[in-house]
Amino acid sequence: MRFIFKTDYDQDIRLAKHGGQVFWYSLLMALLLAAPWLFAEYWLAQLTFVLIYAIVGLGLMLLAGFTGLFSIGHAAFLGVGAYTEAVLVNAGWPFPVSLVMAAGLSAAVGVIVGLPALRVKGIYLGIATLSFGFIVEEVLARWESVTGGNAGISVKKPGLFGWTIDSGTGFYFLCLAVAVAATLAILNLLRSPTGRAFVAIRDSEISAQSMGIHLARYKTLSFALSAAFAGVGGALYAHKLTFISPDQFNILQSIDLLLMVVIGGLGSVHGAFLGAIFLISMPQFIALSKDWLPPAIGQAPGLQGVVYGVVLIAFVLFEPLGLYGRWLKMRTYLQLFPFYRRGMFKRQKSFQRSDRLR
Amino acid sequence: MQVLQLVISGVAQGCIYGLIALGFVLIYKATETVSFAQGELMMLGAFCALAAMAFMGFPFWLAVVSAIVAMAAFGVLLERIVIRPILGQPAFSIVMLTIGIGYVARGLITMIPGIGTETHTLAVPYKDQVLNVGALVLNMEQMAVIASTAVLCLLLYGVFRYSKVGIAMQASSQNQLAAYYMGIPVKTLNGLVWGLSSAAAAIAGLLLAPITFVHANMGFIGLKAFPAAVVGGFGSLPGAIVGGLVIGIVESLAGFYLPEGFKDTAAYIVVLVMLMVRPNGLFGEKLRKKV
Repeated sequence: MRFIFKTDYDQDIRLAKHGGQVFWYSLLMALLLAAPWLFAEYWLAQLTFVLIYAIVGLGLMLLAGFTGLFSIGHAAFLGVGAYTEAVLVNAGWPFPVSLVMAAGLSAAVGVIVGLPALRVKGIYLGIATLSFGFIVEEVLARWESVTGGNAGISVKKPGLFGWTIDSGTGFYFLCLAVAVAATLAILNLLRSPTGRAFVAIRDSEISAQSMGIHLARYKTLSFALSAAFAGVGGALYAHKLTFISPDQFNILQSIDLLLMVVIGGLGSVHGAFLGAIFLISMPQFIALSKDWLPPAIGQAPGLQGVVYGVVLIAFVLFEPLGLYGRWLKMRTYLQLFPFYRRGMFKRQKSFQRSDRLR
Repeated sequence: MQVLQLVISGVAQGCIYGLIALGFVLIYKATETVSFAQGELMMLGAFCALAAMAFMGFPFWLAVVSAIVAMAAFGVLLERIVIRPILGQPAFSIVMLTIGIGYVARGLITMIPGIGTETHTLAVPYKDQVLNVGALVLNMEQMAVIASTAVLCLLLYGVFRYSKVGIAMQASSQNQLAAYYMGIPVKTLNGLVWGLSSAAAAIAGLLLAPITFVHANMGFIGLKAFPAAVVGGFGSLPGAIVGGLVIGIVESLAGFYLPEGFKDTAAYIVVLVMLMVRPNGLFGEKLRKKV
């Protein structure tokens, strides 16, 4: 059990709370830096996907986990980012500029979606984002002069001041750098007044408003930032796939993204990464288990959907805090060893709070 | 005349949306949760009828009744097993839960060897019959949709207006705690509401089956019923049907008069406009949160 004696106010907002964290995260960083020499090409590609999804997940986590606004159309932002990147890079723009443009355009679109969010909440917001997602997908499919329509569009390799990143390893390092930057940005945002305002809005809009938080501005900001992260993720996604078409950004992708943050653990930065690992490794596990299962089950086309659904139901029912919550519980159990109580993480059951308060 | 023809086919499609939306609204009113599995329940209902007719050799009407009863029982069971344990938790957990239920339902149907991946036709007695009224050509399948929706609406209206259960449901949807104190068995009622909405979904599936065939992905039409529910106002039963009709008619007219691509998105454009202009929908109550 570690006791931290606080002697300085800065300790409350310091990113690394104690030496142990510095040690473990440095070790993780070293492992990630050494990954290209440790893992085979295939697993490195999977790791790249994990990083890309984690960047998108960080954005969605900011929106859903920290501001309490649920978007069921987040793939639309991913799509906007991916297509912006594809069009700009194909037009010969340098990679950093096009990445910023992808983030910026996604953020602008996020602001547009955020506007109804100021008037509606709860499920209405979910449906507004869902509708928006469908409209964006249709626009991507129909605006053939720019997006290539349903036939899709292929994406050139990212170019950086004359040299292009064409190896998997190089692209992995690019994704790693962006992911680390995104994580640091989110962590810094969350300890700033803006981030605290987001959390206050999530916990209670009315009390946040009473404390002088401008709801409209912060909700729109949250949408914009979340969309920007999704845009960056989408840009990298486009490069990784090298070929994008509108059906990669449909409702199922949006639900996958939501599934990622819910299973990872809403309201935790770790959750975005754990969720991304889950989302990428699950199909691998299913593919592996096919050899063990009887062919009637193993070869059936709907297996993946069933597994996803069952895992999602199980998490919502038994572990609402997600994978990160499970890890916290295990850690607390070990730290407190004989003194862990079952009820320590029990969520208080709130009496049904109605949206239609009367 | 052509406009009228388009409007009629829009009304028929809108009735389907309305019936699915009715399921959302019933559940939303009673338990303040939103079910994303409604479209999948509809799909299950259609498959139930298909199984009853094709494998057990039931005649059509018996198959219809058994599918509706089976789905109602399934809805009650679903509420008891997965929904009730997490009542009182944030609304979004339940949304994710119902998304999970939808995944499982779709996946399980797809996994049935030889049946799940195919499209099937439901052999209804009124298939391909056409009614000529003046210059209008009325499709019997569409007429069946409109007529059954009207009957179902009257039935639901009667239940909610005159029966004891219906009045209890109204009371518990207005204020669960007060209803509970008055001795209304709120939990049982929630189960019944899920059963009722599953039955409504099954009816929608049965009516849709002759028009679009029966297949595992037919549940995606449920996503278009959300706009219907929102346009009508999420808490209003007549609103769900009217919203469905609005969406259906707009979609049908957009498909004919506007360029390609607008037909599929018309519903979503309508709902976004609606949310901007009148966030509470056509029939929604305007309520302000008080501290």
